[in-house]
Amino acid sequence: MAQPARPPAAFRGQNGAGQQPYSNGPVQNQLMHSSDGQGYNPSAPGSYSHQMPAKVPPHQSSGQYNYSSSQIASQLNNYQGPGQILNRVAPPSGSPVQQAGSVPQVLPPAPQNSAASSAGGFGAAPPGLSSWPYGQAPASHPGGSQTSHLAHVAGTASIHPPSSLPGNSNPPGSYQYAASPGGPPLQNSYMKPASAPPPVTQPLPPLHLPRPPLGPPPVAGPPLIRPSTLTAAAAPPPSSSVPQSLLNSTANREGDAASTASDGSVVQNSYDAIEGGGLMATTHPSPATPNVNMGRNVGYSYPNLPPGYQNTSPGAPGLQAPALQYPDGSKPFHQPPLGPNHLTASMGTLSLQQEGLRPVNLLQERNILPTTILQAPVPNLHEDIQKLNCNPELFRCTLTNIPQTQALLNKAKLPLGLLLHPFKDLSQLPVVTSSTIVRCRSCRTYINPFVSFLDQRRWKCNLCYRVNDVPEEFMYNPVTRAYGEPHKRPEVQNATIEFMAPSEYMLRPPQPPVYLFVFDVSHNAIETGYLNTVCQTLLDNLDLLPGNTRTKIGFITFDSTIHFYSLQEGLSQPQMLIVSDIEDVFIPMPENLLVNLNENRELIQDLLKTLPQMFTKSLETQSALGPALQAAFKLMSPTGGRISVFQTQLPSLGMGALKSREEPNQRSNAKDIHLTPSTDFYKKLALDCSGQQVAVDLFLLSGQYSDLASLGCISRYSAGSVYYYQSYHHKHNPVQVEKLQKELKRYLTRKIGFEAVMRIRCTKGLSIHTFHGNFFVRSTDLLSLPNVNPDAGYAVQMAVEESLSDMQVVSFQSALLYTSSKGERRIRVHTMCLPVVATLSDVYLGADVQAITGLLANMAVDRSVSASLSDARDALVNAVIDSLAAYRSSVLSIQQPGLMAPRSLRLFPLYVLALLKQKAFQAGTSARLDERIFTMCQVKNQPLVYLMLMTHPNLYRVDNLSDEGALNINDKTIPQPPILQLSVEKLSRDGAYLMDAGSVMYLWVGKNCGQNFISQVLGVPNYGSVPQNMTHLPELETAESIRTTTFIAWLREQRPFFPILYIVKDESPLKSSFLQNMIEDRTESALSYYEFLLHIQQQVNK
Amino acid sequence: MAFTFAAFCYMLSLVLCAALIFFAIWHIIAFDELRTDFKSPIDQCNPLVLPEYSIHSLFCIMFLCAQEWLTLGLNVPLLFYHIWRYFHCPADSSELAYDPPAVMNADTLSYCQKEAWCKLAFYLLSFFYYLYCMIYTLVSS
Repeated sequence: MAQPARPPAAFRGQNGAGQQPYSNGPVQNQLMHSSDGQGYNPSAPGSYSHQMPAKVPPHQSSGQYNYSSSQIASQLNNYQGPGQILNRVAPPSGSPVQQAGSVPQVLPPAPQNSAASSAGGFGAAPPGLSSWPYGQAPASHPGGSQTSHLAHVAGTASIHPPSSLPGNSNPPGSYQYAASPGGPPLQNSYMKPASAPPPVTQPLPPLHLPRPPLGPPPVAGPPLIRPSTLTAAAAPPPSSSVPQSLLNSTANREGDAASTASDGSVVQNSYDAIEGGGLMATTHPSPATPNVNMGRNVGYSYPNLPPGYQNTSPGAPGLQAPALQYPDGSKPFHQPPLGPNHLTASMGTLSLQQEGLRPVNLLQERNILPTTILQAPVPNLHEDIQKLNCNPELFRCTLTNIPQTQALLNKAKLPLGLLLHPFKDLSQLPVVTSSTIVRCRSCRTYINPFVSFLDQRRWKCNLCYRVNDVPEEFMYNPVTRAYGEPHKRPEVQNATIEFMAPSEYMLRPPQPPVYLFVFDVSHNAIETGYLNTVCQTLLDNLDLLPGNTRTKIGFITFDSTIHFYSLQEGLSQPQMLIVSDIEDVFIPMPENLLVNLNENRELIQDLLKTLPQMFTKSLETQSALGPALQAAFKLMSPTGGRISVFQTQLPSLGMGALKSREEPNQRSNAKDIHLTPSTDFYKKLALDCSGQQVAVDLFLLSGQYSDLASLGCISRYSAGSVYYYQSYHHKHNPVQVEKLQKELKRYLTRKIGFEAVMRIRCTKGLSIHTFHGNFFVRSTDLLSLPNVNPDAGYAVQMAVEESLSDMQVVSFQSALLYTSSKGERRIRVHTMCLPVVATLSDVYLGADVQAITGLLANMAVDRSVSASLSDARDALVNAVIDSLAAYRSSVLSIQQPGLMAPRSLRLFPLYVLALLKQKAFQAGTSARLDERIFTMCQVKNQPLVYLMLMTHPNLYRVDNLSDEGALNINDKTIPQPPILQLSVEKLSRDGAYLMDAGSVMYLWVGKNCGQNFISQVLGVPNYGSVPQNMTHLPELETAESIRTTTFIAWLREQRPFFPILYIVKDESPLKSSFLQNMIEDRTESALSYYEFLLHIQQQVNK
Repeated sequence: MAFTFAAFCYMLSLVLCAALIFFAIWHIIAFDELRTDFKSPIDQCNPLVLPEYSIHSLFCIMFLCAQEWLTLGLNVPLLFYHIWRYFHCPADSSELAYDPPAVMNADTLSYCQKEAWCKLAFYLLSFFYYLYCMIYTLVSS
């Protein structure tokens, strides 16, 4: 176990010593780039230490602040949104005045303390009834955690008030921050430490910004509308008790300074001051002036009434707040951000929602497919929060409105889950180097844009709601080189970010990149000629293999024996070592089998050049894949790394030998197909590999049945990938050769992460139910990924364990800890924030039909393996029926005839029908077993975009491409033809159509297709002379040809695999595959779209 | 009063039952650790499953021989359950009931936990039942 444990442990590691002032500097990315940590250290820290020794609030000189500004801040700030920049307000005005500022502090931006009340009883949500176990809530502890949570909240809240009471006074000055409770920090004040007045005589008041959690968006309303509540809610400083005493002392001093400030108001400030005290000394209080919004707020709520105002409202809130609010059960923390949202949302988007809610009668809408690529729905969050939200390509949820309770989720009959593409290649990725990675102390969540800053020095975790301290280093913002702006740090401005992990995140020194290639060289393999292609591609890309000077590489070949290659330095040519004992495999020599790529490059190139010729005479037909894998595992286990296996037939010798299970006559019999592995040798070996940080990628190039169901386990549990080239042959099937070349190139040169683990955290109340993808699940929320690659997607089913009714938003965070090919330990963090809703219609409104389809496909794969294919198919159909029936019975008030679907789900039946017709799930067809299983592997391992393309291809008419609406990328004009429905009725004989089905493309040319297209694009004189097996478009100098080829090239570029283009004529044999993808049409064994709708309607209306 | 075979069976089962109780508790703890991430599922596929099954079948055989029909009847359902589990584990598996990649699935995990609790309850009850029966047979005969 030790092995597997490593990564996680590391992962969990604490930030560790963060003592250094700020090492961060400059991170690699441009954004962050410039900061000079050094400068910072000297100045700021120094001052800091003087004045602020303890958190105890020193006396403050009130003078520094601007009062007014602070107010503003308080209300507005809450928001972390990027947009809102709280600029600094004017420089500090006179001292006394500022106290008034405290008042604002009091006002908490976040009204929502109420949450506390709700704990109740959500009780165990009943397990889902639907045919899928969507989310069955475990039900185990319905209320437990929640209650605790509430309690916690309450505690803090209560605390808060007290502080205010005694209060007294805090140094007004300090408050600037306070003013912005919710806000993102107003951060004005801190900018220049140097300027800060000398502490000696008068200590400056501490500044802190209380920031409410996400802060209500500035926009609005909340402050205006209910100022009182706001104040009450005021950011609760967590640690009340201590503060009080401090406060008092400070208060006294302040009293003087502050002059007018009333105690109550002051009090709060003081509290804050305590926390932020150190800062104050250094900084100048400069009030924030900020955005328009702020201005507004000010206007509204508390214009310039510092003194009077303070007395009344601030004080009151402080005192009363607890009593008032809590009883109400208002939610303490969370809401702030969203609150406004909702307001604005409901008002602003009213019409939009209406539109979204308007049911669609599927039977009447003929053209339901949008003509452009369907975009992910945008969560109904305040735009400032939404702006920060994670890109849907990386992180997507099936329901962008999260149902409050499991009961509601069960009612909706939709699956709740996430689809992730965590390691996607990104063109812009902020990277942070810092000695301390700021994480929640209890749940270990990384700080993210959706946390709330209670004040300058404390932030509240958005997943577990614990209040954490902001470490000193985090106060400095390397991007702006400003101090005291924790909310503007890149960590808090980017939902996707990468950290350079310090040594606490390593259980061992980062491993070097190690690549081992295992080639099948039996007679059969040599026949296919793949070795040439692979060796040549490898040779060409040797320099592009991701790695550094430590990169190691090795080769093993096998037939009925295993051959190792010694690449020892000094040898004139590679030396082959043959191990024929396949029952008890051993490694013939301890070293020189895996060698440093740079130091032995010539030998390696030699080997790659000679390898294809070495076995041409081989008559050995047996294949000892199992023993070869065992040998490879032994070779790799000290370091970890990647094994790439090329296999061309059913393994027949030694451990892991398989027997053919495919019976051609029964192919169509869905009942007897073998989707489960016949042996668990490969699974166990994969688990061993996983423990040693070794991933196995399988390239299966096989003409006959090779039992991918069994072989695939080796990749599935070791986080590898599977590639399948059916009937690969270098002469008979040249398109496959090109495909292999292109895909192998991508495979070799793409980014790679070693010894990775991925943890997915979600807001308390949600829990992870099941994971889908290639990995080994190490814990309820932790995936062990010996290798991670940019082309792998993952899906997660979630359940609502406890009611979320006291929250307005929930967040999900995935953190991927990996070792880069350069030997750096890095953490890539994605955070997504989604609103919580209480009504069924809202749940439907936010449904993401593509994500739902993707998740259902994953679930269906599991179902086909654990039960049967027909079960899985039924479950898919039932998913549509159940959700539409639930919609009909629970949401629609008027029962209209027809098949009504919410607008968000209007494509649901179509996509499910597409799934049913997809190779993985189609019934009674001639799909070969390996092909079916490969498609299932793809469903599990592909990111959603590609999965959708595989499921529901895009059809374009390409004989009349124009530049209208075209994209311009790199001086190339890429036409964007509209997407057509997949029905033969959309095809016309005078056109040419391109069907993009992900891993394959068909260009169908109609019989009467314009002469222009045929000669200008296909480069042949007439239709009759279009070759039967044409797979390439000629590069012609005509505008039509350029348009078509750039369009196809553009489509190809966007994906990691290489779709073969087939040109299909009416009489061509591929026509049937082309027509098979015409999902809306009827085939022998499957319903047409309209029939499918009728079937669903019948079931729904039952 | 006589030391019959039945009494011997009960005495032996009493002792072994204590072992089963230990196994059940061990399972509960193990699953809990899994849930809290202290343990790797690979290690979870534990060696205690087979001993547990064999001990329990031993009970059944002993009670059969001792012609303790009621006791046998009480144990038969669990015996069948064990047989069913044994033959429904993943192909070729030596790990029996717990499949490392699958065990972390929320359904599977909660099922396993429930199973462990139920077994604990069953073994505890049978422990007292055996105790009672042992004394009863000793006294009555």
